[in-house]
Amino acid sequence: MDIIISFLGFFVSLIVSILQFLIPNFDGDVVNRSWQYLFFEGMRFTLLLTLMATVLGIALGTVIALMRLSGIAPLVWFATGYTTLFRSLPLVLVIFWFYFLLPYIGAWAWGMDRPMTVGAFNSALVTFTLFEAAYFAEIMRAGIQSIPKGQAAAGYALGLNYRQVMTTIVLPQAFRNMLPVLLTQTIVLFQDTSLVYVLALTDFLGAASKVAQRDGRLVEMYLFAAVIYFIVSFSLSLLVKRLQDRVAIIR
Amino acid sequence: MNYNWNWGIYWQQSPEGTGTYAMLLLSGLQWTIITALCAWVIALAIGSAVGVMRTLPSKWANRFAGAWIELFRNIPILVQLFLWFFVLPELLPKTMGTALKQLPNAPFYIAVVGLGFATSARVAVQVAAGVKALPRGQTMAGYALGLSTAQTYQHVLLPMAFRIVLPPLTSEFLNLIKNTSVALTIGLLELTFRARTMQEYSFQVFEAFTAATVLYLILNVLVVFGARALERSVSVPGYMGGGK
Repeated sequence: MDIIISFLGFFVSLIVSILQFLIPNFDGDVVNRSWQYLFFEGMRFTLLLTLMATVLGIALGTVIALMRLSGIAPLVWFATGYTTLFRSLPLVLVIFWFYFLLPYIGAWAWGMDRPMTVGAFNSALVTFTLFEAAYFAEIMRAGIQSIPKGQAAAGYALGLNYRQVMTTIVLPQAFRNMLPVLLTQTIVLFQDTSLVYVLALTDFLGAASKVAQRDGRLVEMYLFAAVIYFIVSFSLSLLVKRLQDRVAIIR
Repeated sequence: MNYNWNWGIYWQQSPEGTGTYAMLLLSGLQWTIITALCAWVIALAIGSAVGVMRTLPSKWANRFAGAWIELFRNIPILVQLFLWFFVLPELLPKTMGTALKQLPNAPFYIAVVGLGFATSARVAVQVAAGVKALPRGQTMAGYALGLSTAQTYQHVLLPMAFRIVLPPLTSEFLNLIKNTSVALTIGLLELTFRARTMQEYSFQVFEAFTAATVLYLILNVLVVFGARALERSVSVPGYMGGGK
């Protein structure tokens, strides 16, 4: 832990000196005072939300993609409606929707007579999972469709049932083929989590914004936040690009 | 469950005194559309230029375009808007900064520029992909006819490239419409902001959000149909569903 702190500290002071070099009256002190709060409160929230929403979103998205391709009319309609609805709405509106809706849904599900207290993180997690599932579903649908039909047919010919064909033949390949796209969507999700700002939650941007407003240092905090977001997203996208090249060669 | 539904709320007067709640939401929709259209003009202009640079033989043009795309794609749009709105006026020379802060309708102009620049990176990626999708022979044919690089792009490559990328550009435009809602954080009175206003005044949260949802869906459908009509009208016979 100490190693992480001192490494991050070095990294932060490097960024601060570059910013100070570029902008003469940049107040590095406010960043030096607050970066631990930004990373260990804010970034922790952001990364936890990103990771959990990605895993849950891919799981739910896969189920929706399978429904969409099932050929059973009500399931197809539901899956098509679900993806179309969420993909035509702005995330900000969906965040507000669930923020107000979830307490009522919770009360209904658990038979309470008053709206339930859901909590900020849970509310955000449910929102991002359901919202991103629509996007992951489209990716997984493309992935499943990219597997030649003959493979599923071969599976059935061997006597496997639907579940076995999907879990042992189709889905593993679909995941593998779509891995770069899924990861790119995860980077988008990482950036999108900044929108929980509208609920005044303490994600990375929320933490930066709270310090910025408390200390009247908007320039410093927002520039610093932008640099960190850029570094994380950019290095992840470089990684995805390398992964894509490797997957492309193998195929 | 003790939520009081009141679907007649849309026809009640809003406390702002400017008409009914329905009018409030529609004025939000209007701002959403105007902002998206203005930002789209910027995104298309810059995006096309940067996208073309990405395909030029010049190494420096290529690097600049690459840097532009990475810069605007890897910072969340909300943070980009904050940089334009809160940070830029402080970094400019004092008189310019003050002028920017006192600009009437500042959230609108900032949203247009901020969303336009952010979207330009995505447009550039698509335009570059469209140019690269054309057979190499087309560029060579242009040069063989004695056209300059600029003329080859203008008369040979771009007319086809834009037709190829029309569908992905449509979805970028749809994304842009959705992203205008992020500008509510800097005070743009667009549709989601107005739905929130209605919720705060009337406490009819679900009616307000339902109306906004329906309006966004209608807007989406209209854009998709418009884009299909555009695709049909510019399609070249013999290419990509152009018929005959």
